[in-house]
Amino acid sequence: MADLQFGDALPDAKEMEIVDAFVGETVVVWEGERVVRSGVTRRREQRHLLLPGLHLLQNSQGWISPGGLNYLAELLQVPPAEAYGVATFYDLFETEKPSAPGPQNHICVDAACAIAGSDDLISEIQAAGQRVHKSPCLGQCERAPAIFIQGVGTPDQVPADADGFSHPQRGDSSLRLLKRFGVADPLSIESYLSNGGYAALTRALDIGADAVLNTLEASGLSGRGGAAFPTGTKWRAVAEESSQSKHVVANADESEPGTFKDRLIMENDPFAIIEAMTIAGVTTGSKRGWIYVRGEYPLATHRLNHAIERSRSSGYLGSRICGSEYSFDIEVRRGAGAYICGEETALFNSIEGRRGEPRNKPPFPTTSGLFGEPTVINNPETLINVLEILNGGVDAYRSLGTERSPGTKLFCLSGHIQFPGLYEVPFGVSLGNLLETAGGVVGDLQAILMGGAAGRFVGPEKLDLPLTLEDAAANETTLGSGAIMVFSTDVNMLDITRRLAQFFRDESCGQCVPCRIGTVRQHEVLLQIKKEGPDKAQRELLDDISAVMSDASICGLGHTAASAIQSALDLGLLPQGAS
Amino acid sequence: MKEQVASQVSVHINGVTVNVEEGTTLLQAASSAGIEIPTLCWAENLTPVNACRLCVVEQQGSRALIPSCSRVCEDGAQIQTDSERVRLSRKMVLEFLTSTNDLSQSPDLVAWSEMYEVDTERYKAPAKIEDQIKIEDDLFVRAYDKCVLCYKCVEACGDDAQHTFAIAIAGRGFDARVSTEYEVPLPESACVYCGNCVGVCPTNALQFKTEFDLRDAKDWRPTEQEITETVCSYCGVGCSLELHTQDNQIVKVTSPSDHSVTSGHLCIKGRFGWQYVHAPEFKPREIP
Amino acid sequence: MFGVGGGTSSYAEVEDTDFVLLWGSNARDAHPIYFHHLLKGLSEGAKMFAVDPRRTASAKFADLWLGIDVGTDISLANAMAREIIAADLHDKNFIEHATAGFDAFAEHVDEYTLERAAATTGVAAEAIRELAHEYATAPTAQILWTLGITEHHNGVENVLSLCNLALLTGHVGRWGSGLVPLRGQNNVQGGGDMGALPNKLPGFQDVADDTVRAKFESVYGAPINPVPGLHLTLMFEAMAQGDLTALYIIGENPADSEADVVHTRKLLAELDILVVQDIFLTRTAQLADVVLPATVGWAESEGTVTSSERRVQRVRAAVTAPGDCRHDYEIIGELAQRMGAKWAAETPEELWNELRSLSPMHAGMSYQRLERERGLQWPCPNIDHPGTPYLHGWLWEENLGGHEPAPFSITRYEGPKEQLTDDFPLRLTTGRALDSYNTGVQSSGYESPIRSGSHLEISAADALNLKVVDGERVSVSSPRGSVEMHIKIEPDQVAGLAFSTFHFPELVDLNLLTNDEWDPRSGTAEFKAASIRIDKLPLGTSRG
Repeated sequence: MADLQFGDALPDAKEMEIVDAFVGETVVVWEGERVVRSGVTRRREQRHLLLPGLHLLQNSQGWISPGGLNYLAELLQVPPAEAYGVATFYDLFETEKPSAPGPQNHICVDAACAIAGSDDLISEIQAAGQRVHKSPCLGQCERAPAIFIQGVGTPDQVPADADGFSHPQRGDSSLRLLKRFGVADPLSIESYLSNGGYAALTRALDIGADAVLNTLEASGLSGRGGAAFPTGTKWRAVAEESSQSKHVVANADESEPGTFKDRLIMENDPFAIIEAMTIAGVTTGSKRGWIYVRGEYPLATHRLNHAIERSRSSGYLGSRICGSEYSFDIEVRRGAGAYICGEETALFNSIEGRRGEPRNKPPFPTTSGLFGEPTVINNPETLINVLEILNGGVDAYRSLGTERSPGTKLFCLSGHIQFPGLYEVPFGVSLGNLLETAGGVVGDLQAILMGGAAGRFVGPEKLDLPLTLEDAAANETTLGSGAIMVFSTDVNMLDITRRLAQFFRDESCGQCVPCRIGTVRQHEVLLQIKKEGPDKAQRELLDDISAVMSDASICGLGHTAASAIQSALDLGLLPQGAS
Repeated sequence: MKEQVASQVSVHINGVTVNVEEGTTLLQAASSAGIEIPTLCWAENLTPVNACRLCVVEQQGSRALIPSCSRVCEDGAQIQTDSERVRLSRKMVLEFLTSTNDLSQSPDLVAWSEMYEVDTERYKAPAKIEDQIKIEDDLFVRAYDKCVLCYKCVEACGDDAQHTFAIAIAGRGFDARVSTEYEVPLPESACVYCGNCVGVCPTNALQFKTEFDLRDAKDWRPTEQEITETVCSYCGVGCSLELHTQDNQIVKVTSPSDHSVTSGHLCIKGRFGWQYVHAPEFKPREIP
Repeated sequence: MFGVGGGTSSYAEVEDTDFVLLWGSNARDAHPIYFHHLLKGLSEGAKMFAVDPRRTASAKFADLWLGIDVGTDISLANAMAREIIAADLHDKNFIEHATAGFDAFAEHVDEYTLERAAATTGVAAEAIRELAHEYATAPTAQILWTLGITEHHNGVENVLSLCNLALLTGHVGRWGSGLVPLRGQNNVQGGGDMGALPNKLPGFQDVADDTVRAKFESVYGAPINPVPGLHLTLMFEAMAQGDLTALYIIGENPADSEADVVHTRKLLAELDILVVQDIFLTRTAQLADVVLPATVGWAESEGTVTSSERRVQRVRAAVTAPGDCRHDYEIIGELAQRMGAKWAAETPEELWNELRSLSPMHAGMSYQRLERERGLQWPCPNIDHPGTPYLHGWLWEENLGGHEPAPFSITRYEGPKEQLTDDFPLRLTTGRALDSYNTGVQSSGYESPIRSGSHLEISAADALNLKVVDGERVSVSSPRGSVEMHIKIEPDQVAGLAFSTFHFPELVDLNLLTNDEWDPRSGTAEFKAASIRIDKLPLGTSRG
């Protein structure tokens, strides 16, 4: 709802064609010469097309031109300044004409890829005259160094996708979450069905919403994104909301450095996510589902879209699913390069066509989530656990893991490890055992970063740590997203932490002062230590910066932006000033 | 008229029990008990965005500090507004801002920086926000080196008042800025020159051209200025105006943010249409 | 409305209402801060329908815009009424309880079918039906209007046709429901309140009422003529007939602002004596025999003004006026003195307290209260009365609080006086721009970056027909005269309609074109509907 005043910049024919084809019905509808429909509601209903529209313009032209932006914004009735604010929020959108034609090569410079030689890759590609953008973690740590090629007029692609999936635990019959990986064809619903697919949805429809909620609560399943909130409680809260419109959102904006599990789930078992979301839909009374996929995951996006179409044409999505009274359908939304959009409320804003800035909580998503309506939001790993629980029952599910951390957990191993990759192990396995499963450390172990950039380092003395939520907390570390990055004594930890600081500096959304400026000041101090060596005042300053970020930031990004660095300091991994 | 009977809750702020209506924010509750909490991005005529985090307080049982400007009082809550943690957070926010922006024209921030013992010396070569002063018309000036990104102007231009959305936050992180689309000059944007952004700016990053010119001439004397409340001379809505005068001349116009008619917001005529009062004669202007 | 000259509702009510019907008002540009309140209502989920010949800045916020032909409002309103009755959506209990004349009204509107209204107004029947149903079924609903309703030869009938809709649905006399005319000048409401009407004394008290007159006479110390005076338009008629030969104008610029200004200027020039009291030497003042320089009412003087929500507020002097300027009340007081009156009240507050003693609806409004409570909404009959947020609550009271039932009015569609002809085939209507005001006496004092001057806005289709391009200077003629203007092609404009503001008389004397046909009941001229022709200028003269 705004005055809408657009500048003189006009779209070219191609931009008009693309936008016209995408925006089916515009917000303002003329009926004859005199009757015009528009209004607040219609605007609200269409703004969520902004992000996909910007993707189309970016892909077509290699940037988002003033004319193209004006045209899209006018059809969607979004003020141009706001549309520009959205476009400039994301790494994958350019608002200045690129200096050279051709695709943009995003090359990861975060820890695992740096260790694997991303600098050389950058030089190589630049030498070939191509454009390079130094990217934060691209979620391909198991095949570092990672590259993602953003096309201009051609589809985005990840060259490594062509190599297919190599499953380090292939043939392990005890796998639950990964059991279909490499077994079922991710492009075939028949293959999914013959490997146990859609049995859980049938069961959920059979036993009814309340029984599903009771089962989930009894299972003790908690969210796998890092916060470990009980899933059953979350679903029940939404189920009990009286709103006409509710949503189920899969948070697949996996961007935590060192994490790639959700990408592999989407690529190898896409129907499972759709089935689990549908169960969430019928259980909570939500009719609309959304999967927010990381923009740098083209294969996952493709496979999800394919799986959604197949599920819909087979009666598992759409109206009266499986002949029941329930209706549920799913749309896929691509992120556009912003770590912060993994924060659930930032993700909602991003889908809604706004800047991906986190909202204040409370209110929580269960009461006021996507479009201000009650929303279940889970990540893919959490979702596919639901299938296991419904198919096998609570007792079987709890037969692995511990009382407070039941079931299994996915871990993403990268860095100085023999066989980097995705591993499923029961909660309670020790850190050392897990490393052994992955072939052991390459070189002498210096430190392990648990939970990604937002996590904490542990030293070799913690190899006995049982991998459970409770043991991690008791040992002042975290399982976080399940990222485990291994560092041998070959690396300079000051460089690693400096890069972590740079990551947060680049990825802070800029909304709140502690994080917007704190991440910059933290990075500056580490640069200074690198340049001039440590002194005591710097440690004090880092501690103060850490305190304000973790105490006073709006969201989890700021709260954890100093935690890995603080843990590295505490472990003596960084040069210490004389006291 | 709509009337609702709100139930009461009590909170304990710095050991003092304060009884307030349900839905009252901690900031309001503290204020009613005479406890001052500094705020920067909060204003009574805007929805709290709580971006500055200056108003954070400590609530027992909450891991992080919480923003008092937007958090509603929970019955029985134990609140500390001046604990060591709170003071450290405020000091750091103030250090961050002082090391980043020119805050010389924000008396509140200068005073708080002293109160919280801000020390910017310990930041070596900190990145700053530097920007050219934008003078694009006769009505107001934008000096974004003073902009602390409190979002107030964006809110006032957007859905808290004006619904024009000529400006938004663009970019991300430390590079985030208040901007028109593609940074076009304001006259080419959707701006309707209501000046409500200027009215809410806490740091003088946005200032009236009259003030800018007087400051430039070293003739801006706020302590000698008088404020007279009157009613706008244009349409029949009856907007309350505060005329700021210096040497028998109007130097700027604001509106009381707690007034039921305006909530502190005006239109271009009310905000800037006063100049004829000082015109020696009626001179119709040529329009190109 | 129903005997009182003021809008029924408070601004805060539009924030709470469920349905807004904006009719003939571009409040977004003309009443921007009122529109803020309205936008809050929309944010809270209210629907808004806009009825306006143009898709104005305001109409762009609406759920549905009905672009009616200029001057066909009664046809639309009556068709809505018929549809509401036919669909059985009228509030029968309310009608029975609080109104009179329903049966005759229902019979009268019966001929206004949707189809007929569609043919008259140019709006699709289905859209009129939708509006009727939405308005009638909304829990609360407000109708807002401004000059698009009143600046017609039958402006009062237009207003009454809207009042009928409110009576039909019970959308009046309750919080959130009402009838809201937005006032165009900062004290046009206050002027009426203070008796600046031909037939009223302050507080809307009837000049023909002996008791009332006696009360005023005892305070003024002079007899008051019991015969109602003339309103503005009749004054000009009287001047034309030679019956009125002396005129005293305070703060008005009719030499620029009246419809058919050439005629107006001639009449002013022919007066025996013209006295003009103003802050500037306006075009009108230039015609005067005596000019009385006045202070700026809101910034150099003390007093009160009344807003569109009937809120009386204080204005105060912030600066002292230059030279020999004197306050309006001083000048008038001095004149009275010279004429032999002995008025006790001299200061603004004394004058105000005198008014309070004479006007019951202002009695409770002391300066102290106006200051403390930031204005009060009339009626406020005593010092303990909180003021009145909305009027006509009595409609819902038992026994109507002693009032007569509110009558339905029989309003007939006539259309604009000046019909389109082959010679003058385009409809011209006028309005305000956001940054300017009336004839520019005040608003031309500042440099607005968004000011665009006076263009004639026409549709792309008409431009094509006339073979004129954007920015071209053309000759625009009505039966009364011609002016030269620049063309602006407006994408949202309906074909056949031309629009211009009237803020720059020194550049474009737009009121040379407008029609001075006027409403016999309000005296307001039909500014909103003239017929015009656009001619290309001879080669070589159309730029610049």
